[in-house]
Amino acid sequence: MPRRYVIVGNGPAGAAAAQAIRARDAGSEITIVGDEKASFYSRPGLAYLLAGSIPEGQLFSRPDEGNRRLGIRRVVARMERLEATEHRARLGDGRSLAYDRLLLAVGARALRPDVPGMDLEGVVTLDNLEDARRILRLARRARRAAVVGGGITALELAEGLAAQGVETHYLMRKDRYWGNVLEPEESSVVEARLEDEGVRLHHEVELKRVLNGRGRVSAVELSGGRRLTCDLLGVAIGIQPRLELAERSGLATKRGILTDEFFRTSHPDIYAAGDVAEVLDPASGQRVLDSLWSVAIEQGRAAGANMAGAGEPYRRPVSFNVTRIGGVTTTLIGAVGSGRADEDLVSLSRGDSQSWRDRAEAFALVSEAGLSRVRVLVGKERIVGAVVMGDQSLSRPLQDLIRGRVDIRAARERLLGAADDLPVTLTAIWKEAVGVAAG
Amino acid sequence: MIGKLLRMDSQRRRAMTTAYVVAEPIRCVECGICNFNCPLGIDVRGHARLGQPVADRYCLTCGECVARCPRGTLRLESSRVFDPAPKEGKG
Repeated sequence: MPRRYVIVGNGPAGAAAAQAIRARDAGSEITIVGDEKASFYSRPGLAYLLAGSIPEGQLFSRPDEGNRRLGIRRVVARMERLEATEHRARLGDGRSLAYDRLLLAVGARALRPDVPGMDLEGVVTLDNLEDARRILRLARRARRAAVVGGGITALELAEGLAAQGVETHYLMRKDRYWGNVLEPEESSVVEARLEDEGVRLHHEVELKRVLNGRGRVSAVELSGGRRLTCDLLGVAIGIQPRLELAERSGLATKRGILTDEFFRTSHPDIYAAGDVAEVLDPASGQRVLDSLWSVAIEQGRAAGANMAGAGEPYRRPVSFNVTRIGGVTTTLIGAVGSGRADEDLVSLSRGDSQSWRDRAEAFALVSEAGLSRVRVLVGKERIVGAVVMGDQSLSRPLQDLIRGRVDIRAARERLLGAADDLPVTLTAIWKEAVGVAAG
Repeated sequence: MIGKLLRMDSQRRRAMTTAYVVAEPIRCVECGICNFNCPLGIDVRGHARLGQPVADRYCLTCGECVARCPRGTLRLESSRVFDPAPKEGKG
């Protein structure tokens, strides 16, 4: 009998897993179950939908036809419960699916701050396409919006609302944007660009409550008793893995669903990957959470391959993400943080990695030219992290050097003495390293 | 003046015929801004997410997709096809 695979979740991890299973197990039955009607779409692309850079139809990057050609079935339903010992998945509509192996790739959802008024109409988060549609609908009528939170999603909300013509106020608890990952100069670049886009910045203010005007947001009350009249409140203080299904089904969870290095949960035929999974990294012995598109695809691929019998342990890559913050293309690689907490984020946010907050034992080198800025963190043996803002030509060399864990001891003195010609020196070291690797 | 314009035009044509669009797939989040801005409707994203060069014979290498990608996924890379062949005994 062909093996039956069920994948819960139609995001990047689920889609990548289905393809990886099909590549290894041609005759199996593969079913993707998800509660969203929409076919696979680019979640990071929602920011560009809000900004008006693309119409909604562009987001659907992998139409259902592709799945059908591969014999992958998609079912729109809520997953109610897993009966692990019977190998049966119960759907919310009363149906059930028998499986041999099942993957949980259900992602994460936005957290809301614990203040009164969070349930009012006009409080929005940006988790999925439905949220983006709601924000666009509300923005048509809104005159003024407030946004709270930190990291990438808060800016996507603020910039998106401003682009929709809403007077937007971004409220930060600290004295600058994303203070535990960015240096003060980098925060300044982003904040200056936000102001150019018409976003009004407020530092060192805290949201105390949301005021109710006939069931809708009418204003927010801030620390010190100040009020800001607004019709919309965007919230991006962090995300929470969707654990309910795993908990109802008796699987072991902590911050996420716990898995071993093969993505197996506490039940050997149930796997987990992507934003929901807290995966054992064999190199560090720690379990880690990431919320990155590329990591979700890689984890989904590896989990799918393992479900089909590959036996590939997870090798956590050096964290990497590219984003546009304040209109500046920014690449973050490896350990770049200050090691401090960020009060604007109570947990990991989307497009975020635990490792960016880590303080690197490294020497920081900076090169600036116009609006572009590169910060390189040089450790004893390796370059451990980098932030590349604006001009991206050093991004690839740095990515190769950091992700490839290239030993730079022989070139370290030259690098530390590079001062004004850091880009030239880095490129030369990269070419030598690539040459050595190729030869 | 006309000579200068013709020279610029010929340089531009040379750049367009000797380059092609290549992608760094790890940067791609499949947002579709490249497809939306391609004047010829080429599925640039389909190439980008798989890390394949845009080997579409209709591609003008106009650079719209390269310039618009918010994540720096795409770049124009020169093709060696039109370079003079290396002399024998060298390279």
